[in-house]
Amino acid sequence: MFEASDLNERNRRVERLWRLLFLVMTVLLIVPVVVILSVLIHKGGPVLSIDFLFTEPVQGMTAGGIFPALVGTVWLVTVALLASVPIGVAAALYLSEYAPDNWLTRAINLAIINLAGVPSIVHALFGVGAFVLFFRFGTSILAASLTLAIMTLPVVIVATRESLQAVPQAFREACWNMGATRWQTIRRVVLPNSISGILTGVILEVSRTAGETAPIMFTGAAFFLPFLPQSVYDQTMAMSLHLFVISTQVPGVPEALPFGVALVLISMVLAMNAISIAFRMHLRSKKKW
Amino acid sequence: MVAAEPQARPLLEVRDLAIRYGDTLALSGVTLEVQKHEIFGIIGPAGSGKTSFLRTLNRMDQFTPSMSVDGEIRFNGRDIRRWRNVYSLRRKIGVVFPLPVGLPLSVYDNVALSPRLGGIKKKADLDVIVERCLRRAALWDEVKDRLDSLGSLLSGGQQQRLTIARALSQGPELLLLDEFSIAVDPVTTMRIEDVLKELRQEITIVLVTNLVQQARRLADRTAFFLTGECVEIAETERMFTREVQDERTRDYVEGRFG
Ligand SMILES: Nc1ncnc2c1ncn2[C@@H]1O[C@H](COP(=O)(O)OP(=O)(O)OP(=O)(O)O)[C@@H](O)[C@H]1O
Ligand SMILES: [Mg+2]
Repeated sequence: MFEASDLNERNRRVERLWRLLFLVMTVLLIVPVVVILSVLIHKGGPVLSIDFLFTEPVQGMTAGGIFPALVGTVWLVTVALLASVPIGVAAALYLSEYAPDNWLTRAINLAIINLAGVPSIVHALFGVGAFVLFFRFGTSILAASLTLAIMTLPVVIVATRESLQAVPQAFREACWNMGATRWQTIRRVVLPNSISGILTGVILEVSRTAGETAPIMFTGAAFFLPFLPQSVYDQTMAMSLHLFVISTQVPGVPEALPFGVALVLISMVLAMNAISIAFRMHLRSKKKW
Repeated sequence: MVAAEPQARPLLEVRDLAIRYGDTLALSGVTLEVQKHEIFGIIGPAGSGKTSFLRTLNRMDQFTPSMSVDGEIRFNGRDIRRWRNVYSLRRKIGVVFPLPVGLPLSVYDNVALSPRLGGIKKKADLDVIVERCLRRAALWDEVKDRLDSLGSLLSGGQQQRLTIARALSQGPELLLLDEFSIAVDPVTTMRIEDVLKELRQEITIVLVTNLVQQARRLADRTAFFLTGECVEIAETERMFTREVQDERTRDYVEGRFG
């Protein structure tokens, strides 16, 4: 009896120790995020204004706003989304719902995972070769967005496949037992129950491309271009490249300006994340099993 | 209970059936016939191959890559593996699983799904089918005021009857029931059993059950499966008398199985 309670006491202390350890790790994890955000807000906050967002840069980009870059990034991400979502979702549907489990499927899955690890500068060079030169899109939003799309395809496929596989197999079997074809099962049961996960996963992944610099630098993003793009065949400024340029390439930029640009860029990404998370919570509140 | 009248042609003819998962044999040497309007019981301990047997009948083995089936199965005289449109075969065979699978749809949509898949679109037609199937599954009175609420919010016993209603909505000729009462209370089980007895007028039922007494109450004939072998097929009452052909059947039926 006595020994047992002694053991319990020890277990309890060990338990508390582990708990503390995990807590410390978690806090450590948050520290960089908090530091980055507070530095950005502290240094970049003062330059933010409506004018900053909606005017173009002037005096060799040492003053003025960021409007063309802001619009350009929205263009790039939107076109990239339009290209990668249909292809990625279709590929994931095939891999998860149709593909037989054989060596070819496994090879494709392996390739997709590895593709996600290809450095973005390699994608950039591929984009130049394929879209700018071979397809003759020139340096344009189209070429840059397609490069971004290729880069995000693997993660779009993985995110979609995970959402699809979260739908219980029993639902599919119940449907097949009724004489439903695979497509009928997908349309009536699988997609309605995974679409929220698919959309939010995809938006999250693609919104990250707003920060990418290398893939767009050679394919469609311009150093300085004080006009708004009129079509996907135009070049455009972009937030990420603009930040890189004014931080390293242009002399005489006031210290606060890059921080302001970075703050806007990070806010854009966070806003998209927030929207997709809100969307997910909304759909999940209606979740059906 | 009297055995069904022998018909000109059995609904289901199974000959030398063998089922494998990869290289392991799960069931072999099954030869049996199921007459129209018969309730055919299958009893046997866990892992004896009952579920595997049911899955082959509507070709659900297609969806388990490791599963392979040898032998011949004829449904209405036609070899099911020569059936060109496997979807139309499955529509003629309703299935109820051990655990109810309420699809994440409303009660109404659960039952209307199969008719819709079959191309019925008019609300009035669907209404009729939904009400009729829910009534036949003895569920209508409990859900008629909440047809729009989610099927998965019903109680377990209600969901099982919903699954039966859904299977009936296909207009099946054959109903496969796999241990349907496993998650259902005794009162509901009795209600479902009454439903099955009535359904017998219209359709044929293969009933897998781990309750020997349930087979006795419902089945005209019963097969006893044991570790991948069909030990005995007999009129159900005979299994409960001393007339069994195999010692092992008596041991199992009398609950003396070690
Ligand atoms: N997907 C599968 N892959 C490999 N082996 C399987 C698979 N499904 C079933 N088996 C094996 O086949 C044999 C028969 O299984 P089955 O599910 O048909 O038994 P059962 O009679 O329905 O049992 P229970 O009464 O427990 O439901 C078992 O030995 C089981 O391990
Ligand atoms: Mg079973």
